[in-house]
Amino acid sequence: MTTLSLPGAHNITRVELENGITVLAYENFAAQSVVICGSLEAGALHYTPYGTGIPSLTASALMRGTQSRDFGTFHAALEDIGADLNISAGVHNVNFNGKALAEDLPILIDLLNDAFRYPTFPAEPVERLRGEILTMLQYRQYDTGYRANRAFREQTYPAQHPYHHTTRGTLESLPQVTLDDLRAFHRTHYGPRGMVLVIVGAVAAAQAVEIARATLGDWQNPAQPTAPTLPPLATIREVRRVDTLVPGKSQSDLLIGVPGPARHDADYRAATLANSVFGQFGMMGRIGEVVREQMGLAYYAYSSLEGGQGPGAWSVNAGVNPQNVERAIEAIRAEIARLFAEPVTEEELADNQAYFTGILPLQLESNEGLAGTLLNIETYDLGLDYLLTVRDHIRALTREDLLAAARHYWKPDALVISVAGPQSG
Amino acid sequence: MPAITRHQLPNGLSIILKEQHSAPVVSWWMLYRIGSRNERTGQTGLSHWVEHMMFKGTPQFPGGVLDKMISREGGSWNAQTSMDYTAYYETMPADRIDLGLRLEADRMVNAIFDPEEVESERTVIISEREGSENSPMFWLDEEVRASMFRVHGYHHEIIGDMADLHTITRDDLYNHYRQFYRPNNAVAVAVGDFDTVSMLRRIEELYGGIPAGDPVTHFNRPEPEQFGERRVTVERPGATAFLEMAYRVPPAKHPDWFAMAMLNAILTGAGGAIDNKTSRLYRAIVESGLGVDVDGGLTPSIDPYLYDLIVTLREGTTHEQIESVLDEQLEQVAVAGVTTHELERARKQARAIFAYSTERVTGQASWLTIAETVADYTWFENYIERLSAVTAEDVQRAAQTYLRPQNRTVGWLIPTGGDDVEYDEDDAE
Repeated sequence: MTTLSLPGAHNITRVELENGITVLAYENFAAQSVVICGSLEAGALHYTPYGTGIPSLTASALMRGTQSRDFGTFHAALEDIGADLNISAGVHNVNFNGKALAEDLPILIDLLNDAFRYPTFPAEPVERLRGEILTMLQYRQYDTGYRANRAFREQTYPAQHPYHHTTRGTLESLPQVTLDDLRAFHRTHYGPRGMVLVIVGAVAAAQAVEIARATLGDWQNPAQPTAPTLPPLATIREVRRVDTLVPGKSQSDLLIGVPGPARHDADYRAATLANSVFGQFGMMGRIGEVVREQMGLAYYAYSSLEGGQGPGAWSVNAGVNPQNVERAIEAIRAEIARLFAEPVTEEELADNQAYFTGILPLQLESNEGLAGTLLNIETYDLGLDYLLTVRDHIRALTREDLLAAARHYWKPDALVISVAGPQSG
Repeated sequence: MPAITRHQLPNGLSIILKEQHSAPVVSWWMLYRIGSRNERTGQTGLSHWVEHMMFKGTPQFPGGVLDKMISREGGSWNAQTSMDYTAYYETMPADRIDLGLRLEADRMVNAIFDPEEVESERTVIISEREGSENSPMFWLDEEVRASMFRVHGYHHEIIGDMADLHTITRDDLYNHYRQFYRPNNAVAVAVGDFDTVSMLRRIEELYGGIPAGDPVTHFNRPEPEQFGERRVTVERPGATAFLEMAYRVPPAKHPDWFAMAMLNAILTGAGGAIDNKTSRLYRAIVESGLGVDVDGGLTPSIDPYLYDLIVTLREGTTHEQIESVLDEQLEQVAVAGVTTHELERARKQARAIFAYSTERVTGQASWLTIAETVADYTWFENYIERLSAVTAEDVQRAAQTYLRPQNRTVGWLIPTGGDDVEYDEDDAE
């Protein structure tokens, strides 16, 4: 039986190109495919006022036409070889991922380079894209999950914080965006500094790095500004509740949460383990046990912790019948109070430590899983030997560490409750 | 591709094994040949509900313990109920997979079906259906199916009709379990990092002693021929209109299924990880600005099922406009056929999708299990070869044979708007 040779400094190739791009390459010849992923510092927080949708529309429009390829030619180049490439903007970064047969890696990187450096933002294809996004936003006005989430973020983060806003823009803001807005944002913010490119698959690492260097190595943008910092976030000191009426629905979506840790916070790992006990482990943790298994109130009821570059949400989601909303809120709040009041049990800690250390082979099975992990290692500066040491860090966590992390973020009487459904609260 | 071996125990359990040592992971699947197609009116949703009850435990592996055991070992597990089957799987680090093997052997015969847990699960399943009902497309899909299949069991949603979810009893569920959860009605599949001889020996130890019982019979009524176009309309609150056009097509075993798969790749894209912006219908509907999305669906099935085209309309576009474009495009394939370039692109895309799928053992095991159910495992093993053998003439003939108006049901989802959302805020408790 084979043993897993975990990726580490000994077999991950990491190269910083002269123009600031960091390339990570990892060989995996198990399948004849290759995956790329990475990020660029051009997310929504790079444009104020927030909420216009300009950074997002810029990223989405990169593949609508370039100096050498129109919309049809660009996508034919991808689809003719069974490859795929996606570029989208989040709050902090523009993220990209792609996939191809290993033999076609040069084409995939060439198309990525073309989209990043030579987009033309042609009027008609961009207009079509805008129409598609507006239709999606209109649809989401009637989506209880989307509405509960939007209202939650608007209550949790103040208007001057980028997390308050949707990266996509709104039905009001998006029609105002001009092609010149997109071109100006691209000209200023797209550049090699801070860009990360991860390549994993059936390609020799040295060859992968060379393909990246030959294609992207001469990219320069002296105008590229430094990444802005997030504004401070005031502590939530009371229970805030918002109910959103979405007519004609059978079910309400419920979200209860607080701002959680960033990935680089010292208690991030303890918070992640506490979150697993709370609403992930087994059948959705304690939340699933109470709300679904014992009370039969919901098909899904779980907690999640975003833990990115800033204080993303730590929250509980549940879909419940409108008649059961208050019972579900009460039950979830009781579990929050329990998480705050007492340490997790020895058994819960041991179970979750075993899960987090044992799941690595499954997470690293595919090229996508490997590539995503390497991108996290680079983005959050975890060190190339992260996978070799993370198990020890997890095993070192104590019940008190988890309790301290839970208490740091959750207070039973200071949180945001958002409900969207057919009845207002 | 590593060799696949097929075995059968004396009690009838079919076993398919594929060694693959690319990662120290094994995926173990147990599939029962029973799904929503075999359910009678009044008992729709039974297969899916039984699937839920299988997670409630046995005396050896009590509910609430099972899921923790799997997670503790670094594994993942789940189940899926389809029209044609009910399947369970565990994907685990290779040296822990024995837990999955023991668990499935145990719950094949010892699931408890506690009456109180049946009642608790009733509301969970009703909640699951209510969650689906929140999507307007769920209602349209339900109406289109019901119209296409008047007699055959494909006519109802897998989750079941709400009326039945209120009335199904514990005995209904338990009888279903006793009747269909048997080795002679099951297919077991393992893909991953194991030794075939040792794995087979262990399966024989754990499953060989389970009695087959009486031969299993499945309720199934063939759908009579359709003699003209059918139409349904659904009105729901919202702002977005949809159109679904569904054609009756042959089952997975039929040679034309592969011609339909190639036709779908040319019309709406190959699916998987590959985009569809060069497909015929994307260009005709999305690039023209009439719609914002077009998707084609072809599911391998035991009995003749459907091929559907779903379009999300852009504001200002009418259903009639979309129908007219679809008719024109389908007519063009039927009359003029497809190009060599389109066919070659579809073949390369299929090869890429297949390469991507071999990265994960769970996906491969899933496909082998399904293939053995709807046809046989070689259906998956020879998938690329069979797609590559499809000719332009095959595709054209499939379009002429199946994509006729007389052979379809057209569904319109008409959005009725709704009261403007209410924004109600209460800052302090």
